Amino acid sequence: MIEALQFEFMRNALIAGIMASIICGIIGTLVVVNRIVFLAGGIAHAAYGGIGLAFILEIPYLVGIFGFSLLAAFIMAGVTLKSKDRSDTFIGVIWAVGMALGVLLLDIKEGYNIDLMSYLFGSILTVPRNELWAMFLLAICIFAAVIYFYYDLLAMSYDNEFAKLRGVPVNFLHFMLNGMIALSVVMVIRMVGLILIIALLTIPPYIAEKYTGSLSTMMVVSALLSLLFTISGLWLSYSINLTSGATIIMVAAAVFFVSRIVDWIQIIVNTK
Amino acid sequence: MGKPIVKIEDVWFHYNNHPVLTEVNMVIYPKDFIALIGPNGGGKTTLLKLMLGLLNPDRGTVRIFGCSPAKVSHRIGYVPQDVNANKNFPITVTDVVLMGRLTPKWKCRRYSKKDKEAVLSALEKLEMTTYADHPIGELSGGQRQRVFIARALVSNPEILFLDEPTANVDAHGQTELFTLLKQLNQHTTILVVSHDFLAVSSYIKSVTCVNQDVHQHDAAEVTQEMLDLSYQCPVELVAHGLPHRVLQKH
Repeated sequence: MIEALQFEFMRNALIAGIMASIICGIIGTLVVVNRIVFLAGGIAHAAYGGIGLAFILEIPYLVGIFGFSLLAAFIMAGVTLKSKDRSDTFIGVIWAVGMALGVLLLDIKEGYNIDLMSYLFGSILTVPRNELWAMFLLAICIFAAVIYFYYDLLAMSYDNEFAKLRGVPVNFLHFMLNGMIALSVVMVIRMVGLILIIALLTIPPYIAEKYTGSLSTMMVVSALLSLLFTISGLWLSYSINLTSGATIIMVAAAVFFVSRIVDWIQIIVNTK
Repeated sequence: MGKPIVKIEDVWFHYNNHPVLTEVNMVIYPKDFIALIGPNGGGKTTLLKLMLGLLNPDRGTVRIFGCSPAKVSHRIGYVPQDVNANKNFPITVTDVVLMGRLTPKWKCRRYSKKDKEAVLSALEKLEMTTYADHPIGELSGGQRQRVFIARALVSNPEILFLDEPTANVDAHGQTELFTLLKQLNQHTTILVVSHDFLAVSSYIKSVTCVNQDVHQHDAAEVTQEMLDLSYQCPVELVAHGLPHRVLQKH
Protein backbone atom coordinates (compact mmCIF):
# COMPACT_ATOMS: atom_id res chain seq x y z
CA MET A 1 0.00 0.00 0.00
CA ILE A 2 2.78 2.46 0.93
CA GLU A 3 4.59 1.97 -2.40
CA ALA A 4 1.26 2.45 -4.20
CA LEU A 5 1.02 5.93 -2.70
CA GLN A 6 3.84 7.18 -4.93
CA PHE A 7 1.20 7.37 -7.69
CA GLU A 8 -0.93 10.51 -7.61
CA PHE A 9 -4.10 8.64 -8.57
CA MET A 10 -3.62 6.39 -5.57
CA ARG A 11 -3.13 9.36 -3.23
CA ASN A 12 -6.26 11.00 -4.68
CA ALA A 13 -8.17 7.76 -4.25
CA LEU A 14 -7.14 7.59 -0.62
CA ILE A 15 -8.19 11.20 0.08
CA ALA A 16 -11.50 10.61 -1.73
CA GLY A 17 -12.02 7.47 0.33
CA ILE A 18 -11.40 9.27 3.62
CA MET A 19 -13.85 12.07 2.80
CA ALA A 20 -16.49 9.71 1.45
CA SER A 21 -16.18 7.59 4.61
CA ILE A 22 -16.81 10.56 6.88
CA ILE A 23 -19.83 11.60 4.81
CA CYS A 24 -21.24 8.08 4.60
CA GLY A 25 -20.78 7.62 8.33
CA ILE A 26 -22.84 10.72 9.13
CA ILE A 27 -25.51 10.52 6.44
CA GLY A 28 -25.71 6.72 6.48
CA THR A 29 -26.45 6.83 10.22
CA LEU A 30 -29.34 9.24 9.63
CA VAL A 31 -30.59 7.11 6.73
CA VAL A 32 -30.57 3.92 8.80
CA VAL A 33 -32.20 5.31 11.96
CA ASN A 34 -34.87 7.11 9.91
CA ARG A 35 -35.50 3.89 7.93
CA ILE A 36 -35.24 5.64 4.59
CA VAL A 37 -32.79 3.24 2.94
CA PHE A 38 -35.19 2.75 0.04
CA LEU A 39 -35.51 6.50 -0.41
CA ALA A 40 -31.72 6.87 -0.42
CA GLY A 41 -31.57 4.11 -3.05
CA GLY A 42 -34.13 5.98 -5.12
CA ILE A 43 -32.11 9.19 -5.01
CA ALA A 44 -28.89 7.36 -5.91
CA HIS A 45 -30.41 5.67 -8.95
CA ALA A 46 -32.38 8.67 -10.15
CA ALA A 47 -29.02 10.47 -10.19
CA TYR A 48 -28.23 8.52 -13.35
CA GLY A 49 -30.68 10.79 -15.17
CA GLY A 50 -28.42 13.66 -14.19
CA ILE A 51 -25.45 12.01 -15.91
CA GLY A 52 -27.43 11.73 -19.15
CA LEU A 53 -28.59 15.32 -18.80
CA ALA A 54 -25.04 16.55 -18.25
CA PHE A 55 -23.84 14.89 -21.47
CA ILE A 56 -26.77 16.21 -23.54
CA LEU A 57 -26.42 19.77 -22.27
CA GLU A 58 -22.62 19.51 -22.31
CA ILE A 59 -22.31 20.78 -18.76
CA PRO A 60 -19.86 19.35 -16.22
CA TYR A 61 -21.14 15.96 -15.08
CA LEU A 62 -20.93 16.99 -11.42
CA VAL A 63 -23.33 19.91 -12.06
CA GLY A 64 -25.82 17.74 -13.92
CA ILE A 65 -25.84 14.97 -11.38
CA PHE A 66 -25.92 17.46 -8.51
CA GLY A 67 -28.96 19.32 -9.85
CA PHE A 68 -30.86 16.26 -10.92
CA SER A 69 -30.45 14.24 -7.73
CA LEU A 70 -31.31 17.28 -5.63
CA LEU A 71 -34.52 17.69 -7.65
CA ALA A 72 -35.37 14.00 -7.29
CA ALA A 73 -34.63 14.18 -3.56
CA PHE A 74 -36.95 17.15 -3.03
CA ILE A 75 -39.77 15.54 -5.04
CA MET A 76 -39.42 12.40 -2.91
CA ALA A 77 -39.26 14.48 0.27
CA GLY A 78 -42.51 16.21 -0.70
CA VAL A 79 -44.24 12.91 -1.39
CA THR A 80 -43.07 11.13 1.75
CA LEU A 81 -44.05 14.14 3.86
CA LYS A 82 -47.74 13.99 2.86
CA SER A 83 -48.71 10.39 2.26
CA LYS A 84 -46.55 7.88 4.04
CA ASP A 85 -48.55 4.81 3.02
CA ARG A 86 -47.92 4.78 -0.74
CA SER A 87 -44.70 6.74 -0.84
CA ASP A 88 -42.56 3.64 -1.40
CA THR A 89 -44.28 3.03 -4.75
CA PHE A 90 -43.68 6.62 -5.78
CA ILE A 91 -40.01 6.36 -4.84
CA GLY A 92 -39.77 3.21 -6.95
CA VAL A 93 -41.21 5.08 -9.94
CA ILE A 94 -38.77 7.99 -9.66
CA TRP A 95 -35.96 5.48 -9.16
CA ALA A 96 -36.80 3.78 -12.48
CA VAL A 97 -37.64 6.94 -14.42
CA GLY A 98 -34.34 8.57 -13.46
CA MET A 99 -32.34 5.60 -14.71
CA ALA A 100 -34.38 5.22 -17.92
CA LEU A 101 -34.01 8.92 -18.65
CA GLY A 102 -30.25 8.63 -18.25
CA VAL A 103 -30.06 5.72 -20.69
CA LEU A 104 -32.30 7.42 -23.28
CA LEU A 105 -30.45 10.73 -23.14
CA LEU A 106 -27.15 8.93 -23.71
CA ASP A 107 -28.79 7.08 -26.64
CA ILE A 108 -29.76 10.37 -28.25
CA LYS A 109 -26.24 11.71 -27.90
CA GLU A 110 -25.07 9.48 -30.73
CA GLY A 111 -21.52 8.36 -31.10
CA TYR A 112 -20.74 9.42 -27.59
CA ASN A 113 -18.81 6.57 -26.16
CA ILE A 114 -18.48 6.93 -22.43
CA ASP A 115 -17.71 4.33 -19.87
CA LEU A 116 -21.08 3.81 -18.21
CA MET A 117 -19.69 1.12 -15.99
CA SER A 118 -17.57 3.69 -14.19
CA TYR A 119 -20.72 5.49 -13.06
CA LEU A 120 -22.57 2.33 -12.15
CA PHE A 121 -19.75 0.67 -10.25
CA GLY A 122 -17.42 3.55 -9.60
CA SER A 123 -13.81 4.28 -10.43
CA ILE A 124 -12.15 5.72 -7.40
CA LEU A 125 -8.77 5.52 -9.13
CA THR A 126 -9.72 8.20 -11.67
CA VAL A 127 -10.99 10.87 -9.26
CA PRO A 128 -9.41 14.14 -10.44
CA ARG A 129 -8.05 16.76 -8.10
CA ASN A 130 -10.76 19.41 -8.71
CA GLU A 131 -13.44 16.92 -7.74
CA LEU A 132 -11.60 16.33 -4.50
CA TRP A 133 -12.04 20.01 -3.73
CA ALA A 134 -15.75 19.82 -4.56
CA MET A 135 -16.06 16.83 -2.25
CA PHE A 136 -14.26 18.69 0.48
CA LEU A 137 -16.60 21.69 0.24
CA LEU A 138 -19.71 19.52 0.29
CA ALA A 139 -18.35 17.56 3.22
CA ILE A 140 -17.87 20.79 5.18
CA CYS A 141 -21.45 21.88 4.41
CA ILE A 142 -22.93 18.58 5.58
CA PHE A 143 -20.73 18.55 8.65
CA ALA A 144 -21.81 22.07 9.64
CA ALA A 145 -25.51 21.39 9.06
CA VAL A 146 -25.47 18.21 11.13
CA ILE A 147 -23.62 19.86 14.01
CA TYR A 148 -25.94 22.87 13.95
CA PHE A 149 -29.13 20.81 13.85
CA TYR A 150 -27.86 17.81 15.83
CA TYR A 151 -30.48 17.82 18.60
CA ASP A 152 -33.28 18.61 16.14
CA LEU A 153 -32.21 15.73 13.91
CA LEU A 154 -31.94 13.45 16.93
CA ALA A 155 -35.45 14.34 18.11
CA MET A 156 -36.93 14.05 14.61
CA SER A 157 -35.27 10.69 13.98
CA TYR A 158 -36.32 9.20 17.30
CA ASP A 159 -39.89 10.50 17.52
CA ASN A 160 -41.04 12.66 14.65
CA GLU A 161 -44.45 13.41 16.15
CA PHE A 162 -43.14 14.46 19.55
CA ALA A 163 -40.41 16.57 17.94
CA LYS A 164 -43.10 18.39 15.97
CA LEU A 165 -45.06 19.07 19.16
CA ARG A 166 -41.99 20.56 20.78
CA GLY A 167 -41.64 22.99 17.90
CA VAL A 168 -38.77 21.31 16.05
CA PRO A 169 -38.97 22.30 12.35
CA VAL A 170 -39.46 18.69 11.24
CA ASN A 171 -40.69 19.48 7.72
CA PHE A 172 -37.66 21.63 6.99
CA LEU A 173 -35.36 18.98 8.46
CA HIS A 174 -37.00 16.30 6.31
CA PHE A 175 -36.18 18.27 3.16
CA MET A 176 -32.70 19.08 4.46
CA LEU A 177 -31.97 15.42 5.17
CA ASN A 178 -33.12 14.45 1.67
CA GLY A 179 -30.97 17.21 0.22
CA MET A 180 -27.96 16.00 2.19
CA ILE A 181 -28.50 12.44 0.95
CA ALA A 182 -28.48 13.79 -2.61
CA LEU A 183 -25.22 15.65 -1.94
CA SER A 184 -23.65 12.55 -0.47
CA VAL A 185 -24.73 10.49 -3.44
CA VAL A 186 -23.06 12.96 -5.78
CA MET A 187 -19.83 12.69 -3.85
CA VAL A 188 -19.71 8.96 -3.45
CA ILE A 189 -20.91 8.10 -6.95
CA ARG A 190 -17.38 8.56 -8.32
CA MET A 191 -15.96 6.15 -5.80
CA VAL A 192 -18.20 3.15 -5.63
CA GLY A 193 -20.80 3.97 -8.27
CA LEU A 194 -24.47 4.56 -7.81
CA ILE A 195 -25.43 0.90 -7.57
CA LEU A 196 -23.10 0.30 -4.66
CA ILE A 197 -23.68 3.54 -2.76
CA ILE A 198 -26.45 1.96 -0.74
CA ALA A 199 -24.08 -0.60 0.72
CA LEU A 200 -21.68 2.09 1.94
CA LEU A 201 -24.56 4.14 3.37
CA THR A 202 -26.13 1.22 5.22
CA ILE A 203 -23.61 -1.47 6.18
CA PRO A 204 -21.30 0.59 8.44
CA PRO A 205 -24.19 2.25 10.38
CA TYR A 206 -25.96 -1.07 10.73
CA ILE A 207 -22.91 -2.66 12.32
CA ALA A 208 -22.21 0.46 14.41
CA GLU A 209 -25.76 0.72 15.77
CA LYS A 210 -25.37 -2.41 17.86
CA TYR A 211 -22.24 -1.23 19.64
CA THR A 212 -23.07 2.41 20.29
CA GLY A 213 -25.29 4.25 22.75
CA SER A 214 -25.85 7.55 21.02
CA LEU A 215 -26.42 8.92 17.54
CA SER A 216 -23.14 10.87 17.52
CA THR A 217 -20.97 7.89 18.48
CA MET A 218 -22.87 5.83 15.90
CA MET A 219 -21.82 8.40 13.29
CA VAL A 220 -18.18 8.28 14.38
CA VAL A 221 -18.03 4.48 14.51
CA SER A 222 -19.76 4.24 11.11
CA ALA A 223 -17.25 6.64 9.61
CA LEU A 224 -14.33 4.63 11.06
CA LEU A 225 -15.78 1.37 9.77
CA SER A 226 -16.32 2.98 6.38
CA LEU A 227 -12.72 4.10 6.37
CA LEU A 228 -11.56 0.60 7.26
CA PHE A 229 -13.60 -0.93 4.44
CA THR A 230 -12.46 1.66 1.91
CA ILE A 231 -8.75 1.42 2.68
CA SER A 232 -8.66 -2.36 2.91
CA GLY A 233 -10.82 -2.62 -0.21
CA LEU A 234 -8.50 -0.29 -2.07
CA TRP A 235 -5.46 -2.22 -0.94
CA LEU A 236 -7.01 -5.55 -1.96
CA SER A 237 -8.08 -4.24 -5.35
CA TYR A 238 -4.60 -2.83 -5.95
CA SER A 239 -2.72 -5.94 -4.92
CA ILE A 240 -4.86 -8.52 -6.73
CA ASN A 241 -6.07 -6.24 -9.53
CA LEU A 242 -9.82 -6.15 -8.93
CA THR A 243 -12.46 -3.45 -9.52
CA SER A 244 -12.02 -1.10 -6.58
CA GLY A 245 -15.67 -0.16 -5.89
CA ALA A 246 -16.91 -3.73 -5.87
CA THR A 247 -13.99 -4.84 -3.69
CA ILE A 248 -14.74 -2.15 -1.09
CA ILE A 249 -18.35 -3.33 -0.92
CA MET A 250 -17.36 -7.00 -0.63
CA VAL A 251 -15.04 -6.20 2.28
CA ALA A 252 -17.90 -4.33 3.99
CA ALA A 253 -20.31 -7.19 3.30
CA ALA A 254 -17.85 -9.74 4.70
CA VAL A 255 -17.52 -7.79 7.97
CA PHE A 256 -21.31 -7.38 8.05
CA PHE A 257 -21.87 -11.15 7.88
CA VAL A 258 -19.11 -11.88 10.39
CA SER A 259 -20.73 -9.43 12.85
CA ARG A 260 -24.10 -11.14 12.33
CA ILE A 261 -22.58 -14.58 12.95
CA VAL A 262 -20.87 -13.32 16.11
CA ASP A 263 -24.29 -12.06 17.27
CA TRP A 264 -25.90 -15.44 16.67
CA ILE A 265 -23.17 -17.23 18.55
CA GLN A 266 -23.55 -14.78 21.45
CA ILE A 267 -27.31 -15.38 21.56
CA ILE A 268 -26.82 -19.14 21.53
CA VAL A 269 -24.18 -18.97 24.27
CA ASN A 270 -26.35 -16.66 26.39
CA THR A 271 -29.44 -18.84 26.15
CA LYS A 272 -27.55 -21.99 27.14
CA MET B 1 -64.23 26.62 36.98
CA GLY B 2 -62.39 29.43 35.23
CA LYS B 3 -61.86 29.88 31.53
CA PRO B 4 -61.81 26.69 29.45
CA ILE B 5 -58.32 25.72 28.29
CA VAL B 6 -59.54 23.46 25.50
CA LYS B 7 -62.49 24.38 23.33
CA ILE B 8 -63.65 22.23 20.43
CA GLU B 9 -66.52 23.52 18.32
CA ASP B 10 -68.38 21.58 15.63
CA VAL B 11 -65.36 19.52 14.59
CA TRP B 12 -65.63 16.92 11.83
CA PHE B 13 -62.89 14.59 10.69
CA HIS B 14 -62.62 11.72 8.22
CA TYR B 15 -59.99 9.32 6.87
CA ASN B 16 -60.57 8.33 3.20
CA ASN B 17 -64.36 8.85 3.09
CA HIS B 18 -64.70 7.13 6.43
CA PRO B 19 -66.10 9.50 9.05
CA VAL B 20 -64.17 9.26 12.31
CA LEU B 21 -65.58 12.21 14.23
CA THR B 22 -68.83 14.05 13.51
CA GLU B 23 -70.08 17.26 15.05
CA VAL B 24 -67.80 17.18 18.06
CA ASN B 25 -68.18 19.80 20.75
CA MET B 26 -66.03 19.61 23.84
CA VAL B 27 -64.75 21.88 26.57
CA ILE B 28 -62.00 21.20 29.09
CA TYR B 29 -61.63 23.34 32.21
CA PRO B 30 -58.46 23.75 34.29
CA LYS B 31 -57.63 21.09 36.91
CA ASP B 32 -59.98 18.57 35.38
CA PHE B 33 -58.96 14.90 35.27
CA ILE B 34 -60.74 13.38 32.31
CA ALA B 35 -60.96 9.82 31.09
CA LEU B 36 -61.49 9.60 27.34
CA ILE B 37 -63.18 6.29 26.75
CA GLY B 38 -64.67 4.53 23.76
CA PRO B 39 -64.28 1.49 21.52
CA ASN B 40 -61.23 0.86 19.34
CA GLY B 41 -61.57 2.89 16.17
CA GLY B 42 -64.05 5.18 17.89
CA GLY B 43 -61.81 8.20 17.36
CA LYS B 44 -60.09 8.64 20.74
CA THR B 45 -56.57 8.98 19.37
CA THR B 46 -57.82 11.09 16.45
CA LEU B 47 -59.48 13.50 18.88
CA LEU B 48 -56.24 13.67 20.85
CA LYS B 49 -54.20 14.38 17.70
CA LEU B 50 -56.64 17.12 16.70
CA MET B 51 -56.10 18.73 20.09
CA LEU B 52 -52.33 18.46 19.63
CA GLY B 53 -52.47 20.00 16.17
CA LEU B 54 -50.97 16.89 14.57
CA LEU B 55 -54.16 16.59 12.51
CA ASN B 56 -56.38 19.36 11.15
CA PRO B 57 -60.18 19.09 11.28
CA ASP B 58 -62.22 19.05 8.06
CA ARG B 59 -64.57 21.53 9.64
CA GLY B 60 -64.86 23.36 12.93
CA THR B 61 -62.28 24.80 15.28
CA VAL B 62 -59.99 23.52 18.01
CA ARG B 63 -58.61 26.08 20.45
CA ILE B 64 -56.06 25.38 23.17
CA PHE B 65 -55.36 28.27 25.55
CA GLY B 66 -57.35 30.31 23.02
CA CYS B 67 -54.88 29.62 20.19
CA SER B 68 -54.63 27.11 17.36
CA PRO B 69 -53.07 23.88 18.71
CA ALA B 70 -49.95 23.88 16.50
CA LYS B 71 -48.91 27.25 18.00
CA VAL B 72 -49.10 26.12 21.62
CA SER B 73 -48.35 22.40 21.34
CA HIS B 74 -45.09 22.88 23.29
CA ARG B 75 -47.20 23.83 26.33
CA ILE B 76 -48.87 20.41 26.29
CA GLY B 77 -47.33 17.31 27.82
CA TYR B 78 -47.94 14.30 25.58
CA VAL B 79 -47.40 10.61 26.24
CA PRO B 80 -47.90 8.64 23.01
CA GLN B 81 -49.44 5.20 22.83
CA ASP B 82 -46.73 3.19 21.13
CA VAL B 83 -43.75 3.01 23.45
CA ASN B 84 -42.24 0.06 21.59
CA ALA B 85 -41.48 1.96 18.39
CA ASN B 86 -37.80 2.54 17.57
CA LYS B 87 -36.54 0.18 20.26
CA ASN B 88 -33.10 -0.26 18.70
CA PHE B 89 -32.44 3.44 18.36
CA PRO B 90 -29.09 4.34 19.98
CA ILE B 91 -30.34 6.75 22.63
CA THR B 92 -30.15 6.86 26.41
CA VAL B 93 -33.03 7.44 28.82
CA THR B 94 -31.65 10.89 29.68
CA ASP B 95 -31.51 11.91 26.02
CA VAL B 96 -35.11 10.77 25.47
CA VAL B 97 -36.34 12.83 28.42
CA LEU B 98 -34.26 15.83 27.28
CA MET B 99 -36.43 15.93 24.14
CA GLY B 100 -39.19 17.21 26.42
CA ARG B 101 -37.10 20.34 27.05
CA LEU B 102 -37.00 21.34 23.38
CA THR B 103 -38.68 24.66 22.59
CA PRO B 104 -39.72 26.15 19.27
CA LYS B 105 -36.69 27.98 17.89
CA TRP B 106 -34.33 27.94 14.96
CA LYS B 107 -31.11 28.36 16.86
CA CYS B 108 -28.37 25.84 17.33
CA ARG B 109 -29.58 23.88 20.36
CA ARG B 110 -27.48 22.92 23.34
CA TYR B 111 -29.05 21.68 26.56
CA SER B 112 -28.33 23.75 29.67
CA LYS B 113 -27.57 22.64 33.19
CA LYS B 114 -31.12 23.62 34.11
CA ASP B 115 -32.47 21.25 31.44
CA LYS B 116 -30.40 18.40 32.83
CA GLU B 117 -31.55 19.11 36.38
CA ALA B 118 -35.18 19.11 35.22
CA VAL B 119 -34.61 15.73 33.58
CA LEU B 120 -33.16 14.30 36.78
CA SER B 121 -36.06 15.51 38.89
CA ALA B 122 -38.61 14.16 36.37
CA LEU B 123 -36.86 10.78 36.41
CA GLU B 124 -36.86 10.91 40.20
CA LYS B 125 -40.63 11.47 40.26
CA LEU B 126 -41.07 8.30 38.24
CA GLU B 127 -38.40 6.38 40.18
CA MET B 128 -36.29 5.90 37.08
CA THR B 129 -33.11 7.68 38.21
CA THR B 130 -31.06 4.48 38.23
CA TYR B 131 -31.78 3.98 34.52
CA ALA B 132 -30.73 7.50 33.47
CA ASP B 133 -27.75 6.32 31.42
CA HIS B 134 -29.27 3.08 30.12
CA PRO B 135 -30.11 2.68 26.43
CA ILE B 136 -33.88 2.95 26.04
CA GLY B 137 -33.99 -0.40 24.22
CA GLU B 138 -32.83 -2.29 27.34
CA LEU B 139 -35.88 -1.27 29.37
CA SER B 140 -39.13 -3.18 29.75
CA GLY B 141 -42.35 -1.83 28.23
CA GLY B 142 -43.54 -0.49 31.57
CA GLN B 143 -40.21 1.21 32.26
CA ARG B 144 -40.23 2.80 28.81
CA GLN B 145 -43.72 4.08 29.58
CA ARG B 146 -42.36 5.79 32.68
CA VAL B 147 -39.59 7.39 30.65
CA PHE B 148 -42.15 8.81 28.22
CA ILE B 149 -44.21 10.15 31.09
CA ALA B 150 -41.05 11.79 32.47
CA ARG B 151 -40.45 13.28 29.01
CA ALA B 152 -43.95 14.77 29.06
CA LEU B 153 -43.55 16.13 32.61
CA VAL B 154 -40.08 17.61 32.21
CA SER B 155 -41.43 20.81 30.67
CA ASN B 156 -43.95 21.35 33.52
CA PRO B 157 -46.89 21.34 31.10
CA GLU B 158 -50.18 23.05 31.92
CA ILE B 159 -52.10 20.16 30.43
CA LEU B 160 -51.13 16.52 30.14
CA PHE B 161 -52.43 14.09 27.48
CA LEU B 162 -51.80 10.38 27.95
CA ASP B 163 -52.79 7.87 25.27
CA GLU B 164 -53.44 4.43 26.82
CA PRO B 165 -50.78 4.85 29.50
CA THR B 166 -51.56 1.54 31.17
CA ALA B 167 -51.27 -0.66 28.07
CA ASN B 168 -47.82 -1.98 29.01
CA VAL B 169 -48.12 -1.76 32.77
CA ASP B 170 -49.11 -4.41 35.32
CA ALA B 171 -51.81 -3.87 37.96
CA HIS B 172 -49.34 -2.62 40.58
CA GLY B 173 -47.78 -0.22 38.09
CA GLN B 174 -51.23 1.08 37.13
CA THR B 175 -52.06 1.97 40.72
CA GLU B 176 -48.71 3.73 41.13
CA LEU B 177 -49.17 5.63 37.87
CA PHE B 178 -52.63 6.88 38.73
CA THR B 179 -51.59 7.84 42.25
CA LEU B 180 -48.87 9.97 40.67
CA LEU B 181 -51.30 11.46 38.14
CA LYS B 182 -53.75 12.30 40.89
CA GLN B 183 -50.99 14.12 42.72
CA LEU B 184 -50.02 16.02 39.55
CA ASN B 185 -53.67 16.90 39.03
CA GLN B 186 -53.42 19.43 41.86
CA HIS B 187 -51.71 21.77 39.39
CA THR B 188 -52.16 20.17 35.99
CA THR B 189 -55.14 19.38 33.82
CA ILE B 190 -55.02 15.73 32.78
CA LEU B 191 -56.68 13.81 30.00
CA VAL B 192 -56.23 10.05 29.85
CA VAL B 193 -57.28 7.88 26.93
CA SER B 194 -58.29 4.48 28.21
CA HIS B 195 -60.15 1.45 26.99
CA ASP B 196 -60.32 0.05 30.52
CA PHE B 197 -62.66 2.48 32.19
CA LEU B 198 -63.07 0.65 35.48
CA ALA B 199 -59.33 0.72 36.12
CA VAL B 200 -59.30 4.52 36.09
CA SER B 201 -62.75 5.29 37.48
CA SER B 202 -61.68 5.88 41.07
CA TYR B 203 -59.06 8.52 40.15
CA ILE B 204 -60.76 10.69 37.58
CA LYS B 205 -63.07 13.68 37.92
CA SER B 206 -65.02 13.40 34.67
CA VAL B 207 -65.61 11.12 31.72
CA THR B 208 -65.83 11.78 28.00
CA CYS B 209 -67.24 9.08 25.74
CA VAL B 210 -65.96 9.04 22.16
CA ASN B 211 -67.62 6.94 19.50
CA GLN B 212 -67.70 9.06 16.35
CA ASP B 213 -69.58 11.63 18.43
CA VAL B 214 -68.56 12.91 21.85
CA HIS B 215 -70.49 13.03 25.13
CA GLN B 216 -69.08 14.68 28.22
CA HIS B 217 -70.11 13.62 31.70
CA ASP B 218 -69.26 15.96 34.53
CA ALA B 219 -68.98 13.49 37.35
CA ALA B 220 -66.93 10.33 37.51
CA GLU B 221 -69.89 8.06 37.60
CA VAL B 222 -70.55 5.02 35.53
CA THR B 223 -73.39 5.18 33.07
CA GLN B 224 -74.72 2.41 30.90
CA GLU B 225 -73.28 4.21 27.87
CA MET B 226 -69.76 4.13 29.30
CA LEU B 227 -69.87 0.44 29.96
CA ASP B 228 -71.37 -0.30 26.57
CA LEU B 229 -68.60 1.76 24.99
CA SER B 230 -65.94 0.03 27.02
CA TYR B 231 -67.04 -3.48 26.36
CA GLN B 232 -68.87 -3.04 23.05
CA CYS B 233 -71.69 -5.25 24.25
CA PRO B 234 -74.53 -4.66 26.68
CA VAL B 235 -73.34 -4.90 30.27
CA GLU B 236 -75.56 -4.65 33.32
CA LEU B 237 -74.63 -2.23 36.04
CA VAL B 238 -74.10 -4.03 39.31
CA ALA B 239 -73.42 -2.23 42.57
CA HIS B 240 -71.08 -3.94 45.00
CA GLY B 241 -71.95 -1.71 47.92
CA LEU B 242 -69.65 0.58 49.87
CA PRO B 243 -66.75 1.16 49.93
CA HIS B 244 -66.47 -0.01 46.34
CA ARG B 245 -69.47 1.91 45.09
CA VAL B 246 -68.62 3.59 41.80
CA LEU B 247 -72.21 4.01 40.76
CA GLN B 248 -74.74 6.68 41.35
CA LYS B 249 -77.56 5.67 43.65
CA HIS B 250 -80.61 4.67 41.67
